[in-house]
Amino acid sequence: MDAYVDDDTMTTSADELACNELVELVTDYLEDALSPSERDRIERHIATCDGCTRYIEQIRGTIAAAGRLTPDDVPAPVVDRLLAVFRASRSDRGET
Amino acid sequence: MSGRGQGQPADGQPHDAMPRYSHPSMVEGMDPTATSDDGAVVLALRAGDETVFVDLVRRYQRPLLRLAQTFVPSEAVAEEVVQDTWIAVIKGIDGFEGRSSLRTWIFRILTYQAKSRGERERRSIPMSAFEPRDPGSDRPAVDPSRFRPSSDARWPGHWAEPPADWGSDAEGRLLGRETQDVISSAMDTLAPAQRLVMTLRDLEGWDSDEVCAALEISPGNQRVLLHRARSRVRAALERYFHEATLV
Repeated sequence: MDAYVDDDTMTTSADELACNELVELVTDYLEDALSPSERDRIERHIATCDGCTRYIEQIRGTIAAAGRLTPDDVPAPVVDRLLAVFRASRSDRGET
Repeated sequence: MSGRGQGQPADGQPHDAMPRYSHPSMVEGMDPTATSDDGAVVLALRAGDETVFVDLVRRYQRPLLRLAQTFVPSEAVAEEVVQDTWIAVIKGIDGFEGRSSLRTWIFRILTYQAKSRGERERRSIPMSAFEPRDPGSDRPAVDPSRFRPSSDARWPGHWAEPPADWGSDAEGRLLGRETQDVISSAMDTLAPAQRLVMTLRDLEGWDSDEVCAALEISPGNQRVLLHRARSRVRAALERYFHEATLV
């Protein structure tokens, strides 16, 4: 178990974050939507928790990998149909 | 916009399919959410510039489709809704006043078209797909069995089974085609609103303000949807990497 606990205490103190709470706060954390004190709690936690450090890395990796998904091309018939409407609307206005 | 599709002058520099026009009266009075290119694009469309039009269609087709899918159940109907939206854009472009960004305007047209179609398809007003508590989607980010129970004396709520190392080659594999398929498939299983928000933020690269403006949802609502989507996709990647080790 990676979480640090003071030798004098048997349980984590009330203001310390548990891992199952952190995983629900990850998005807010990455979005910079947390209060300074909540952000602080997270950073204190991950400083000593390999599991949560890795979890956040994996979320970041997921985001980066998702960013590489290229969209499918719009099918040519769809584009052609829309272009026909576009041309017609412009010529209706007297534009060539 | 996230800086894509910027036009370049035709002087041997990379051409991004969007010639630049400038007209001071179009730029004046644009609202802050509008991109600096909106005036140029609108002018080009009114002038019948087909390259600009096709570029616009290609840029927004996927996100519009995803938005439509939050309102109507079938992909075929969603495609029709997007088609109807583009036609409405073509017909309405002369009347576009620039009070919002062009993109926001287009997405609102789609929302209107999709809601009407959704009501016709189902004969009832669908529950908003953007409700934070849509049923069946309220799952924890990580399966609770991965953590020690709250009754645990020493480490309640801490990892019992921490995330596995995805391997030293993980970064390379995350870039690969197979990973893209895993992500795509995982996103297809998401609730439509979750898939939409993750598409806009992480695939299309929109920022939070742009998403909230186009979808007319709050930043908090947006984050909840994004959170659920990303959690599910990460879990799918975790399963994929785990299965790869079981050879």
